[in-house]
Amino acid sequence: MFRSLLFIPGNNPSMIQNADIFMADGIIFDLEDSVDISEKDNARNLIYNYLTDGTTHPSLVVLRINPVDSDFFEKDLKLINCNKIDYILLPKTEIKSLMKLEDRLQKIEEACGLKALKIIALVESAKSIIEIDEIAKHNRVEAILLGAEDLCNDLEISRSNQGQEILFARSKVIYACASNNIISIDTPNTNINDEKLLEEDCLIAKNLGMKAKTSIHPSQLDIINNIFSPSIEEIDWAKKVIELKNINKGKGAFSLNGKMIDKPLILKAEKIIEKAKKYKLI
Amino acid sequence: MINGVNRYIPDNLKAFESREAFKREKRRLIEKKERQLKPVFLSDINSVFDYFKIESGQCLSFHHHLRNGDKVIQMVSEEIEKRNLLDIHLAPSSIFPSYTKLIDLIKNGNITNIHTNYINGEVAKVVSEGYLKGNHKLNTHGGRARAIESGDLKIDVAFLACPVVDKNGNGTGAFGKTACGTLGYAISDLEYANKVVLITDTLIDKLEDFQFDGGYVDAVVVVDSIGDSKGIVSGTTQLTKDPIGLKIAKDCSNVLNHLGLIKENFSMQTGAGKTSLAVVKYVRDIMKTNNIKGSFASGGITKSYVDMLNEGLFKELYDVQCFDLEAIESFNNNKNHIAMSASKYGNPFENKPVCNDLSFVILGATEIDLDFNVNVTTDSMGNLIGGSGGHADIAFGADVTVIISPLIKSRIPIIKDKVITVTTPGSDIDILVTERGIAVNPQRQDLLEKLKYSGFPVYTINELYEVSHKITGVPNKMELSDKIIGYVEYRDGSIIDCIYQTKEHKY
Repeated sequence: MFRSLLFIPGNNPSMIQNADIFMADGIIFDLEDSVDISEKDNARNLIYNYLTDGTTHPSLVVLRINPVDSDFFEKDLKLINCNKIDYILLPKTEIKSLMKLEDRLQKIEEACGLKALKIIALVESAKSIIEIDEIAKHNRVEAILLGAEDLCNDLEISRSNQGQEILFARSKVIYACASNNIISIDTPNTNINDEKLLEEDCLIAKNLGMKAKTSIHPSQLDIINNIFSPSIEEIDWAKKVIELKNINKGKGAFSLNGKMIDKPLILKAEKIIEKAKKYKLI
Repeated sequence: MINGVNRYIPDNLKAFESREAFKREKRRLIEKKERQLKPVFLSDINSVFDYFKIESGQCLSFHHHLRNGDKVIQMVSEEIEKRNLLDIHLAPSSIFPSYTKLIDLIKNGNITNIHTNYINGEVAKVVSEGYLKGNHKLNTHGGRARAIESGDLKIDVAFLACPVVDKNGNGTGAFGKTACGTLGYAISDLEYANKVVLITDTLIDKLEDFQFDGGYVDAVVVVDSIGDSKGIVSGTTQLTKDPIGLKIAKDCSNVLNHLGLIKENFSMQTGAGKTSLAVVKYVRDIMKTNNIKGSFASGGITKSYVDMLNEGLFKELYDVQCFDLEAIESFNNNKNHIAMSASKYGNPFENKPVCNDLSFVILGATEIDLDFNVNVTTDSMGNLIGGSGGHADIAFGADVTVIISPLIKSRIPIIKDKVITVTTPGSDIDILVTERGIAVNPQRQDLLEKLKYSGFPVYTINELYEVSHKITGVPNKMELSDKIIGYVEYRDGSIIDCIYQTKEHKY
């Protein structure tokens, strides 16, 4: 469970050293787009040394590797030997690339005696959106991240502040994730200087059903965490529901403020309490 | 002898005892200089030296309001060199990197003593390396005013750059082609120097409002240019984009808010660095959200504070120096943007100095130690890179003094067993805010109590010290030479620490 993931370029030692102090629920150490080709080796070494030698680490570590058909893919995968990575973020995920990653992970895990790594699938092409239901069903995939910038390039359209052009893709991600009980993660907002725009963007994504969002700068985390956390009103409502549930043991339904509360709403309340506890809101 | 912050001080000097030791003393005032009816107008700097018979061994003072754009100190330096005057005592309020002419004068023994508040750049390097043959004293802005008015620092001739001067010798920095805003650091020089010369590039018939009272002015020299405006406006106007700096700034403002310090009629001062500006921004957000109006902001003034004055968030600004064009313009146009002298700002013997009315101040540090002593004088290698400026003045005066700094700077932990040089005593420091946690001086149990169940990551300073060492390892101890090259003077004139010559470092 997480609300926010922060991208940190793999070749930025200052950011890597401080990865644990930002308010992100997880850190994505990036070896792909934010790292120039000439810096790939350095970035790999920096992240490996940080994860193996460093004394302070983020609570959740994600590694974005390079695409499976790139020259860097095999070298990137060697980092999983450090045994400190929670998720692999696979760029340009399609069924074919997911299968290739699955195959390589199985072999490495078997050879090195590692636990099975989980995957966050980054869907950023038209084809990946079409294949998303299959991707979401894969047993290693625990979350799907929408990559809107590359998707719009693929569709030859421009991004807008309101995001109508990605409504379909957002919805596909949300429904595929919800139906497979995995986490839907919204595309990052690339305008780091406009807090109001970020807030609106987060609210649109959350109201559609996204459960988390990525950030490209730590300054975005406050807003993301705030919006993707249960609100005070939601927590108060959930507490009352749980209280009434305990009072009305054995009853399938009861009422709160004149409204009927039954199983789906009890589950919703339990989820809110779980999140509130996880994010230290109660 | 060992002084009040456990530092060795030679026996012949007045050692620092405590932050409040000055309260046992009486204010000492020499006679203000005799007022003149009219100043004499001289044609150039050369004529000033002839007219006032400036000779070897004399003390010449300057202000630093033109900062890196200052041409006056360069002109006077050239004249000293041309005349081969020796053993000059130089007393500028600060020494900036552009004052390169001083380097040869120091090396050649033309300048042998320096009394200033801040020193940076190549001149600082030369002094660090031990080239200055006499004394180097670094005091505070308020302490400099105290030293001048008491006669501890006797100025023979004050060369005061002044953007606009009228025919009666009155002067202002509020406008003109080299406008720099307020001239607060020079007021003591003006009133107490034996002779005062204004150097200007703009002469007008009559000034209605002025900061320099012509009655104290002996001579005026009109030159082509007293400064380069690009260098004058050297204040930072951009907030930091560094995520660590932003986190520190945000945490700092949240701590201040939690402590109830951002309240109706509060007052504040910050430095002009990018992280300080971010603190100002966050404090401003809190004020707007909670509809809070402050009393005043003070110190070096930037656009951020001007905006807050214009928005009605502060009633007044007390300005000792303007850092940017917006501050200069505001000073010229807004009657609530008020000039203050260095004495009014921070002189411990002043009646109600502004620094004593501050609710909180946000300051930086190159090092802080386990006793909360702060160094802003030397870097982690012992090289001179600054000085107190107003640091120790406002740290003393404010109700709460907060140091903001990354816990680790370029892989070097900021917290030391003992700082290389004590600039401000730990007894004046209340809170350290870093990206990895907050430490509160144990002498402030009231603050610790308020932060107890706040959710802020509050540690002891020893715990933060351990955290930094876990990340970086334990750094080797710095070795400096035994040779004392200068002294850090606390605001009351006592010596709080010695500055030692740097040497080949051993690793």
